[in-house]
Amino acid sequence: MGLEQALGDSLMLTKIEDAVNWCRKNSLFPMPMGISCCAIEMMAFAGPRFDSSRFGSEVFRFSPRQADVMIVAGTTTYKMAKVVRKIYDQMPDPKWVIAMGACTSSGGMYRTYSVVQGIDLFLPVDLYVAGCPPRPDNLLNALMILQKKVQRGESRGSSTALIGDFPHHHRSPSIPE
Amino acid sequence: MNQIVLQKLKAQFGDALLESHEFRGELTVVVAADRIVEVCRFLKTGEFRYDLLADLCGLDMYTPVKRFCVVYNLYSFQHRHRLRLKVFAEESHPHVPTVTMVWATANWHERETYDMFGILFDGHPDLRRIYMPDDFEHYPLRKDFPLMGIPGSLQLPKK
Repeated sequence: MGLEQALGDSLMLTKIEDAVNWCRKNSLFPMPMGISCCAIEMMAFAGPRFDSSRFGSEVFRFSPRQADVMIVAGTTTYKMAKVVRKIYDQMPDPKWVIAMGACTSSGGMYRTYSVVQGIDLFLPVDLYVAGCPPRPDNLLNALMILQKKVQRGESRGSSTALIGDFPHHHRSPSIPE
Repeated sequence: MNQIVLQKLKAQFGDALLESHEFRGELTVVVAADRIVEVCRFLKTGEFRYDLLADLCGLDMYTPVKRFCVVYNLYSFQHRHRLRLKVFAEESHPHVPTVTMVWATANWHERETYDMFGILFDGHPDLRRIYMPDDFEHYPLRKDFPLMGIPGSLQLPKK
């Protein structure tokens, strides 16, 4: 009597990377970096109507050390940029960044001295979400696209080989271009 | 009410009132900078009871003389009356006495005015920047400050 006979269709062979990434993509804990009005839409995204828990992403973590993806939702000023970067640096690898809304992506309507003209000037951004503010379903769409990225093992912030590469995987503040 | 307030102020302070005008029922009085604390104290504790400093802000007139202006918007709950005071300061000597001892709320408003215009409030207990980083060297709401700022004056974290 062989293994296949004993287990039948309940046995599936895959690569460990694929299995781990599959686990990761269905359990993305967001870090809510809600800086201004986009944060309201981000809350709706997590709430019962739009319900991000359908995609395994309902557990908003207010500690960066327990988060996987930082959703930067709102106008980022130069003064706030230091804080955003510090919180990002505290997140464990692998990690992802969603730039939500026009202000975060490009400064938006705030073409002024105090607002950073796009957070990609100081953070590695994985996804930009258009809108001012984006609707929650737009953010859900971003999450689904991010899940595909996670399944492929891609992240702009952490090393691309996300598993089996532990010496480099260990926290390094330098960002590969 | 405007005329009563103006007459009382004239009787009490006379030459400290440089100018006054009324527009659409709103009274504005320009006060000499060195007498502003006296005038404010009188308005708050005297019969008119302007107990709320609704706003204190700065203006950059961008003129060679009297470049900076500080505007005080007062409100009296008892008389339901509003009054606006103005004080001018020169670019070479942008100093105005603080009114924090009259209305405590002036503390943050004066810090904001200092942060944005560089107007120095003499006697303020804690005149620090309130919006911009402490090491910022410019005054963003001055008319000669460029819209997009001065390159290199604000640092971003390293990527």
